Amino acid sequence: MDLLSQHAGEAKILAGGQSLVPAMNFRVVQPSLLIDLNRVAELSFIREEGNVIRVGAMARERHLEFDASIEKRIPLLHEAVPNIAHPQIRNRGTIGGSIVHADPAAELPMLMVALNARLKGKNKSAERWIDAKDFFEGMFTTALESDEILVEIEIPFMPPRTGWSFMEVAPRSGDYAMMGVAALVTLDKEGKCNSAKLVYLNAGDGPVDAAASTQMLAGGTLSEKSIESVAVHASENEINPFGNIHASTDFQRHLAKVLTQKALKQAAQRAGESQ
Amino acid sequence: MTQVTLTVNETQYTRDVEPRMLLSDFLRHELGLTGTHVGCEHGVCGACTILFDGESMRSCLIFAVQADGHSVTTVEGLAPDKDNLHPLQQSFWEAHGLQCGYCTPGILMTMIPFLRDNPNPTEDEIRHALSGNLCRCTGYQHIVDAVKLASEKMREK
Ligand SMILES: Cc1cc2nc3c(=O)[nH]c(=O)nc-3n(C[C@H](O)[C@H](O)[C@H](O)COP(=O)(O)OP(=O)(O)OC[C@H]3O[C@@H](n4cnc5c(N)ncnc54)[C@H](O)[C@@H]3O)c2cc1C
Ligand code: FES
Ligand code: FES
Repeated sequence: MDLLSQHAGEAKILAGGQSLVPAMNFRVVQPSLLIDLNRVAELSFIREEGNVIRVGAMARERHLEFDASIEKRIPLLHEAVPNIAHPQIRNRGTIGGSIVHADPAAELPMLMVALNARLKGKNKSAERWIDAKDFFEGMFTTALESDEILVEIEIPFMPPRTGWSFMEVAPRSGDYAMMGVAALVTLDKEGKCNSAKLVYLNAGDGPVDAAASTQMLAGGTLSEKSIESVAVHASENEINPFGNIHASTDFQRHLAKVLTQKALKQAAQRAGESQ
Repeated sequence: MTQVTLTVNETQYTRDVEPRMLLSDFLRHELGLTGTHVGCEHGVCGACTILFDGESMRSCLIFAVQADGHSVTTVEGLAPDKDNLHPLQQSFWEAHGLQCGYCTPGILMTMIPFLRDNPNPTEDEIRHALSGNLCRCTGYQHIVDAVKLASEKMREK
């Protein structure tokens, strides 16, 4: 922490290195000092506490994938993590690194928003919690200051009667996706939609929460028709994809619509099964 | 210069290295273990895959100094002796799992932990596990066959 505060702005934190080292190998990034967190053993825990799971910033993506309490309490996260890159990358890449890197096409940032996670930043003298929805400020930009590191992630258990779905389309397995969505549907005791959430990756300059679209579902039943109108609304009005070499913006919107329909259906069905 | 001590293929080495040196360059240039190939240096091609404490990782995305105190296995560490191949290597030979061989070490070092965790994989699982390794020659089919054959040989053992 002392090193980071002395060299704020020039020094970089090295976590898994799966984004930082490629950038350094290309000389896109040339930090004057690297502070390696790989030997900070206290930062790589995953544990349940009350109604949340606490994850240290240095927990590897691979550990999230195989953690039994995540599988049980936060099945959305469990199901989504294998979509991140390849096993060789997940063996080294960390949850904290992916979150701070804040790539709009990455899975973990949008999952943190979908799951209402809180992120703990720390500098030499203080700590603070930041809600995931306020953390991602833009492409590769977060609310962390240059003298702060992310130390811990707090993710609430998914509520009862909640169904989930994660869907993405990538050019090849393990590549960054052209479009992806995380869906959560919570039903009330009568089987009506209590709340729903749709968060997208690669659909803007950070995770995109289609809150106005999901608002349309509250209090109603999820039917073929209501799902379709939400998918149309979200894909036409709420996301703002930029297009890339693999997909035009029109194609990205089309993918968003189709994935939203499938994901909402799966989430609603799973929520029904857990009644 | 920083001193590092690490175990590579069960032999301990101590060397002074520049902090900026990649583990892939360290293995090739400092230790002369040129079986670990370097294709892209940005984590995409998989040619540099090694085992780091038993798990597959990109040696081009790890600095040599970070390997201090750790154990690394490269393709040179697979064969039991000069005259015999590891069953995985033998299967690549028998099923024509390579042409130029550039991608092969990285694929072998990816498949070792994969077959350890999935001793009887389906073709689909094999293809999925191969997705982080690029091969420009074979079209992958023979690689899939070779891994399948290896899983049979290794289960017999
Ligand atoms: C071939 C390939 C394919 C990939 N595909 C995907 C994919 O499909 N989806 C996906 O989401 N990701 C993908 N990735 C990225 C991968 O998930 C990275 O591991 C991750 O984005 C960064 O995590 P890291 O631990 O490696 O961080 P690093 O590369 O070490 O760091 C990334 C950035 O975050 C900063 N940082 C790291 N930790 C902290 C901290 N605790 N506090 C403050 N700052 C910190 C670093 O200074 C740096 O700027 C891929 C990577 C490769 C090489
Ligand atoms: S050289 Fe390391 S992945 Fe290509
Ligand atoms: S055999 Fe030539 S790249 Fe795979």
